[in-house]
Amino acid sequence: MEYFLIFLPLIGAIISGFFGKIIGHRNSEIITSAFVSISTILSIFIFYNVIENNYENNLIISTWINSGSLNVNWAIKIDTLSSVMLVVVTLISSLVHIYSIGYMSHDPHRSRFMSYLSLFTFAMLTLVTSDNFLQLFFGWEGVGLCSYFLIGFWYKKKSANAAAIKAFIVNRVGDFGFALGIFLIFYIFGSVNYNEVFDQIPKFLDNKIKFLGLDFNSIDLICILLFVGAMGKSAQFLLHTWLPDAMEGPTPVSALIHAATMVTAGVFLVVRCSYIFEYSNLALNLITIVGMTTAFFAASVALVQNDIKKIIAYSTCSQLGYMFFATGVGAYNVAIFHLFTHAFFKALLFLGSGSVIHSFKNEQDITNMGGSWRKMPYTWILMIIGTLALTGFPFLSGYYSKDAIIEFAYLKGNTSGYFAAGVGILTAFLTSIYSWRLIFKTFHGNYNNKNVDINSIHESPSIMLIPLILLSIGAILAGIIFKDLFIGNNSSYLFWQESIKFLEPLSKDHPPFWILYFTPFLVVISIPISHYVFLKNTKILDSLIESNKSLYKFLQNKWYFDEAYDFMFVKPAKKIGIFFWKIIDEKTINKFGPDGISKVIKNFSIRAVKLQSGFIYQYAFIMLLGFSILLTFFIIQ
Amino acid sequence: MNFPILSSLILLPAIGSFFIFFQKSNQNQYQSSKYVALFISLANFLLSLYLWYIFDPSIHSFQFVEDRQWIIGLVNYKIGIDGISILFILLTTFITPLCIISVNRTVKIKLKDFLIAILISESLMIGVFCSLDLVIFYLFFEGGLIPMFLIIGIWGGDRRVYSAFKFFLYTLLGSVLMLIAIISIYWIAGTTDVIKLYEIGIDAKFQNLLWLAFFSSFAVKTPMWPVHTWLPDAHVEAPTAGSVLLAAILLKMAGYGFIRFSIGLFPFASEYFVPLIFILSLIAIVYTSLVALMQEDIKKLIAYSSVAHMGFVTLGIFTFTQQGIEGSIFQMLSHGLVSAALFFCVGVIYDRMNTRLIDKYGGVVSIMPKYAIVFMIFTLGAVGLPGTSGFVGEFLILLGTFKKNFLVAVIASTGVILAAAYMLWLYKRVIFGKIINDDVKKMIDLNKSESIILWSLAFPIIFFGFYPDPLLNTTEVSVNNLIDMYNNNLAINTENN
Repeated sequence: MEYFLIFLPLIGAIISGFFGKIIGHRNSEIITSAFVSISTILSIFIFYNVIENNYENNLIISTWINSGSLNVNWAIKIDTLSSVMLVVVTLISSLVHIYSIGYMSHDPHRSRFMSYLSLFTFAMLTLVTSDNFLQLFFGWEGVGLCSYFLIGFWYKKKSANAAAIKAFIVNRVGDFGFALGIFLIFYIFGSVNYNEVFDQIPKFLDNKIKFLGLDFNSIDLICILLFVGAMGKSAQFLLHTWLPDAMEGPTPVSALIHAATMVTAGVFLVVRCSYIFEYSNLALNLITIVGMTTAFFAASVALVQNDIKKIIAYSTCSQLGYMFFATGVGAYNVAIFHLFTHAFFKALLFLGSGSVIHSFKNEQDITNMGGSWRKMPYTWILMIIGTLALTGFPFLSGYYSKDAIIEFAYLKGNTSGYFAAGVGILTAFLTSIYSWRLIFKTFHGNYNNKNVDINSIHESPSIMLIPLILLSIGAILAGIIFKDLFIGNNSSYLFWQESIKFLEPLSKDHPPFWILYFTPFLVVISIPISHYVFLKNTKILDSLIESNKSLYKFLQNKWYFDEAYDFMFVKPAKKIGIFFWKIIDEKTINKFGPDGISKVIKNFSIRAVKLQSGFIYQYAFIMLLGFSILLTFFIIQ
Repeated sequence: MNFPILSSLILLPAIGSFFIFFQKSNQNQYQSSKYVALFISLANFLLSLYLWYIFDPSIHSFQFVEDRQWIIGLVNYKIGIDGISILFILLTTFITPLCIISVNRTVKIKLKDFLIAILISESLMIGVFCSLDLVIFYLFFEGGLIPMFLIIGIWGGDRRVYSAFKFFLYTLLGSVLMLIAIISIYWIAGTTDVIKLYEIGIDAKFQNLLWLAFFSSFAVKTPMWPVHTWLPDAHVEAPTAGSVLLAAILLKMAGYGFIRFSIGLFPFASEYFVPLIFILSLIAIVYTSLVALMQEDIKKLIAYSSVAHMGFVTLGIFTFTQQGIEGSIFQMLSHGLVSAALFFCVGVIYDRMNTRLIDKYGGVVSIMPKYAIVFMIFTLGAVGLPGTSGFVGEFLILLGTFKKNFLVAVIASTGVILAAAYMLWLYKRVIFGKIINDDVKKMIDLNKSESIILWSLAFPIIFFGFYPDPLLNTTEVSVNNLIDMYNNNLAINTENN
């Protein structure tokens, strides 16, 4: 059963990728969607089996790399954590597959698109079901590759190509850390299999490693290196720059890869390695800080963006920050819970925005929209459900997961915990503001688009709406249904069991009363505020922007990260490259090396040739000269 | 086992070239000489596969050893293989037929002579990988230069003579020192037989000088920084088949030499010179990656990337760890496939457009979708993505390096980021984007023989990426034995001191 689950998407990808032309677009779409849907059913079955019977399994498919003491297998590991991820990945993936049939219906390369989606699903499944770090890395790079293909899917667009490469290379920077982490793990534990590594952790708590003359605690170092990898994939602060650009890809891609699944791989990695992270306070604090910085930073940028997809992209970035600081305070299960609910409402928002973009004929700027809610009522309602869930409106899914994160951060009881809780509350308010700004500017107010006639705005076909409706059910109910299972008081040993390590059991205290009600209160009150500011009385906003112009510019330019990186890394790399090539290789090595030697020899032979002039009197003169020198020499002696 | 299978492998292509030599060279006969060459090289490939099949990877000593007297009392014709050399023989016999298939479009003049040159160089390269006598090794190793010199000098591009001489000058300078070293080994140890030398060892006080002499030859051929500048020129001017042979096999002779002779014969010196090798390898990886990033000529870019990839190889060899050395061997094989494939890919579009400048291309995917797919596979192989053979080699090397030196591994790992940058940027500029050059529109997609060549390279790159066991299994025992021998030697040396 597990084999089918994992390999069906791969088979679908191969069929539609290589034989798409032969079997036709429609058949490729049906085959890939059907195969992924079967995988979804199987994973739900496994998930049920895990809940009911504590099902666990670790299948070995074959050996992979076998060199000396390094033994790595291709494997399928099923436990609670991977079964949750299986459900998330396959469910969102199958809905996105189906949605894409409608969304991409005019694209001449649809079967290639479907093939990439399925290939991505396969890579993601190998990532979550791995039983060792190397297969995890394989899936990790595999999803990155598919992301590269899909961002650059419209290959004629220059910006899409640039975004694709940027995504790949920024991710490689993260992977650089990740790979070093794996090397260090192998160096210290002599294995890269989860079980063998995790079992040995307690023995190596005081192990030190020397680097640049300094002593580092190896566990700390491993955790930090792994987290660098997670930062790249999950677009955390400093390595986030690729995610907004990745929106160049078709919208279903953004929903699947850049919201629900791939970008959460970093969170998955940290949770999977809870056995290591639990022993490194340094790394946990670092994660908390990076997580809350990202959450706040991305929300602040999202406030002023005008591209509908970029707003949601920054929102994703910000929500990922929440998940990370949840892991940082040790609430791994809460992080996964937020990952789970987030997958539903964020995919819903992306696909909904795709529906909007579709009917506005590829317009993405929300200042060119507005007043369209009557024309597409289903999309409007579904987007509102997504927004409510995202902002954490009471009793929708985001409410349970996000508030739980803030509560656990508070309950952690240390400085970084309190701080994170504060940032979490502030960010929740910002989230709510920018989300409602998006809704009001897109659907309400005046119709601002000059290129598309308002009467041509239409609702999307049902093949796109049905996945949206299913997702909205998830966005409403996922929280309330799975709350007890995922983050209930006894969830750590009833549900998660061996898959997550809690060094100290999570606090069962209740946070103070005001914390429980403060965030929902902010969330609710932000709706009328944003309604007033963005719709009723936009003058306030304008004067606010006018008086804080530099701040506004700073936010609109995303804190100038792209410019700074270009200045610090890209340009110097190119300059150094040219210097090495032109100055060292050509003007130094070649000039003094081979060219120099041949020049010396040539010059020498030219002179030698000159000596042989062919005139007898010259030869006679030289002979005479030599003779007299010799003679003088002998006489003096 | 009395059948001299190794000698047959060496001699078969040479005999084949005789047949071609005596064929009439009118236009119709061109095709038939191509078929003769193809038949011979395929037969040789099958023979080497059979050799791999009967080869026993669980024995660490040399197998299929042939020992004949040649110059009595001085030099014996002694050949044999172990788990390390057999894979390079396979690589050689696998790449050669592909080169021969490709000549149709790339070689316009003197086809017959070109085929002879390729077959002769196949013979010599197989000879390099099975020689067990230093003199024999030297003859094959240097003999291999001659056909390559001719291939560049006769069938090359506009600056072919300059490149050919540069190539020859560089490689010859190194070799002269190696020859002197081989002669001195004979005077010191009384034999040039590698197996005997392994047993008796070479006095530690001579090792450093001898090691340097061998190093100067191998460093040029690898090529290591700063003696790498012949490679980009040689590649740019060489015809496609020449570039392929050069990148896929010729460069590997040096890596093989490091493993077989530098480590095997001079363990003490090898240990002593580790810092030198590490520094030069790191420079090769980082420096040439940055240079590759800025290249405007596709072939030069791939040539520079070869230097960077070979930097990983030298790094891995001198870690003296199981993972490092196995990784280096794997990386050499993988690079043999990937670089060969990339040069074939360049050849495909060069034949159609007659330019190697990157900015003349763009938007190729809409005209040649099949080409875009295979080129992508090879790009990923060069980037070292997991699931391609490139990953396994680089990963093992870095793992081995990590054991030896943390900082070196960190710096070397940055090469992996840079590789992604220059390869993907190249791919983007050639394949993606809008068509700006009208000539691109006239190109036609891969024909049958090009598809055969490229897919037969793509298949092993992916297969060994997912299942490298057949290769790692073959090398495991031999590498293990090499490391044991190395450590024992070191131990004895320290005791003596």
